[in-house]
Amino acid sequence: MIDRFMRGAALAALGLTVSALVAGQALAATPKDTIVMAKTMDDITSLDPAEVFEFTGGEVINNVYVRLMTYDPSDFTKLIGGAAESWSVSDDGKTFTIKIRQGMKFTTGRPVTAKDAAFSLQRVVALGKSPAFILVQFGWSADNVKEMVTAPDDQTLVLKTATAFAPSFVMNCLSAGVGSVVDSEEALKNAKDNDFGYNWLRTNSAGSGAYKLISWKPKESVVLEANPGFYRGEAKTKRIIIRHVPEPTAQRLMLEKGDADIARNLTADQLKAIAADTRLAVNSTGKGTIYYLALNQKNPALSKPKVREAVRWLIDYQTMSSTFLAGQYGVHQGFWGKGSAGSLDDTPFKFDPAKAKALLAEAGYPNGLELDLDAGNTSPHADIAQSVQSTFAQAGVKVNIVPGDIRQVLTKYRARNHQLLLMYWSPDYLDPHSTADFFTNNPDNSDGAKAKTGAWRNAWDIPDLTKETAAAVLERDPQKRIGMYIDLQKKVQADGPIVVMFQQTEQAALRAEVKNFILGPSFDTPVYWQITK
Amino acid sequence: MGVGASAHPSMKILRGIATQLGTLCLTILGLLFVTFFIGRVVPIDPVLAIAGDRATPELVAKIRLDLGLDLPLYQQFWNYLVRIAHGDLGNSVLTAKPIIEDIATYFPATIELAVVGTALGVLIGVPLGVVSAAAQGRMIDHVVRVVALAGYSVPVFWLGLVGLLVFYVKLDWVSGPGRIDAVYEYIVEPRTGFMLVDCILAGDWEAVKNAISHFILPALILGYYSMAYITRMTRSFMLEQLTQEYIVTARVKGVSERAIIWRHAFGNIRVPLITVIALSFAHLLEGTVLTETVFAWPGIGLYITHSLFGADLNAVLGGTIVVGVSFVVLNLLSDAIYALLDPRARTA
Repeated sequence: MIDRFMRGAALAALGLTVSALVAGQALAATPKDTIVMAKTMDDITSLDPAEVFEFTGGEVINNVYVRLMTYDPSDFTKLIGGAAESWSVSDDGKTFTIKIRQGMKFTTGRPVTAKDAAFSLQRVVALGKSPAFILVQFGWSADNVKEMVTAPDDQTLVLKTATAFAPSFVMNCLSAGVGSVVDSEEALKNAKDNDFGYNWLRTNSAGSGAYKLISWKPKESVVLEANPGFYRGEAKTKRIIIRHVPEPTAQRLMLEKGDADIARNLTADQLKAIAADTRLAVNSTGKGTIYYLALNQKNPALSKPKVREAVRWLIDYQTMSSTFLAGQYGVHQGFWGKGSAGSLDDTPFKFDPAKAKALLAEAGYPNGLELDLDAGNTSPHADIAQSVQSTFAQAGVKVNIVPGDIRQVLTKYRARNHQLLLMYWSPDYLDPHSTADFFTNNPDNSDGAKAKTGAWRNAWDIPDLTKETAAAVLERDPQKRIGMYIDLQKKVQADGPIVVMFQQTEQAALRAEVKNFILGPSFDTPVYWQITK
Repeated sequence: MGVGASAHPSMKILRGIATQLGTLCLTILGLLFVTFFIGRVVPIDPVLAIAGDRATPELVAKIRLDLGLDLPLYQQFWNYLVRIAHGDLGNSVLTAKPIIEDIATYFPATIELAVVGTALGVLIGVPLGVVSAAAQGRMIDHVVRVVALAGYSVPVFWLGLVGLLVFYVKLDWVSGPGRIDAVYEYIVEPRTGFMLVDCILAGDWEAVKNAISHFILPALILGYYSMAYITRMTRSFMLEQLTQEYIVTARVKGVSERAIIWRHAFGNIRVPLITVIALSFAHLLEGTVLTETVFAWPGIGLYITHSLFGADLNAVLGGTIVVGVSFVVLNLLSDAIYALLDPRARTA
């Protein structure tokens, strides 16, 4: 009896397997009016523009909302109006009057007004989520924001700042995600406990962008549908589906099969391997993300200028960039990335162990020294750390790699408990102050300081540079302002505890028929509305 | 004879249930205790996961206060237990949703793979194990052992990628990563969380077919993994039985070889086999992270792993409770099945 049963079961299992395999024939490519993007997108924690600060979330809201200011997708050095049609600055530099573009509509059908814009900025400050600091630096607070941000009529938005900042700085800040204009009526309709619609907007949209958010399934997918009323014309592709595919090899297979139109996270090896495939193409764009080595000045050896200089000559920038980082990271030694106004593109340092050895001897370390290097345990952090370990050894510097999850490394960095540490930086908005404020600003170097800037994390006490950074953000002459940032970068490059090594180049692999996918220089600049296939 | 044996049968059952429930509660409590403290000693600042690196010091301080991180650890743990007792597992930092909702979304995705994987493992693995033991040392035994060894030792991650390359890319027999094709994202409304069931409820047979074509490869790979384990264990149990004296006696008495194998030997390994199957199923419930990664399958394993790396402690604890309860329930179920199959277990 059991015998018959087991034999039957085995046959049934075999039959089920074979029939399922044959029955489950895969479908053909994605629909013509839909773009399927395979991406690691588990970083999204919210889609409320007052809170979004993650890479994928920033990208999604860039396509769902219109920001007050934006960039020309064909030239990201050109700041242009988004919801703002025109703007003027008062003589004292503290009042910005912005005229809202006429004829714009939210996906709900309501017109976009200055009152919506004022509400959007006010709620960012009142909610006080992570990116709120971009607006708070204007001197706005939950208590005063209703006086500082007003809408005297439907077309006019008036912004007051506590200090006469450089106008370019203020307008650049309004191009960040926090400058997104939210449909105030829709948000308030869904508000609970005076949350300005925050809990609802985390998973829904109320914008006037090229797309409307249809669904966000965490760690699974984001579905966007074209907004026919978009002010720059209806998007060429009706639907965008971002699918969470964590494994790069699976992304590649889906792209090759045509089940994905765009794959965002292929490795350097995979991109090399698909280069000859005429069905596919690769879109490469320089990003603002930089990789750097941080040298804690609490360490007696690293606080010596000659040791800091020696470190700069001990990194094999070129070999790394042309081998395991090929195509994805280029050599860059200034803290503001190439491609945006104000970058320092000189690369004076190269690998020279003999020179480094001489410098170490002059610093009192003729026999080298031993240092710990904290680094993330994933690519490219781990690979860069290994290269550093091997090249430093050539000058007698023994590097002990301390690998960890990147958040673990960051926790240690914020407590300034490191010696050497490998980290990356991506600007929060496209103004050099975003980065200078991190690297060359340290108003209080004490352990209990509130502001944990990059300079503070490395215990770099720099009153002069801090003053220069504060002055640069106020400088109203654009050219002079750019010159100040270049000067700051030169000082960091020559002697700072921040050794910038690389600038990221983002590479998206696409089906050859997919055109006009613009990535832009920042994490939240990818533009979907021009994509065709 | 002990005191318990003289008690009224219904009292005995009640006492049994109470003991089991007590065990369940203690197990879950222990599990939570360990997970909570591991989560707290991990050198990652949980505020970082919520606020990000760029948050203002004021916001960081506020979140620290909101999370109760300023309190002593034992008090944080107690507060957490009180919340659980009120049925509140908290919200996930990473998905912005209540943990209960997340689990209702991700757990069915894992269950559907684990159920089919285990079913395949049992249906193929048990007969193979028996046949292999009966033919010990012969060609069929060698083949089964190699197949089982490969399933047991080849990394499931690699197997998944090779499976995709062969069946998805080259042969075009199955669909690729994900639970369903993008075109059906709109059509199928998530009602139960089980994609196949949802497709059937939507009444779209193309979607059903598509869901099967996505489902079958990861299910087969897990099935193979499960089969390998079950085959090896079945073979081992059978070999042990086939050398027992009662088998020799049966042979002497002229009982047919088929009856010896299936009725006598196999009949005696059913009880330990139940434990093996339950364990295999439980491992598929919590240990499919790699399969879920390769197949972009949003299941509970991936959910817990992401949450752990994201310092999303509520989600880790919520996931742990679910997996822990599953283990305990499976354990209880296998005990119950024991009692059905083995009279000795009933009186124990």
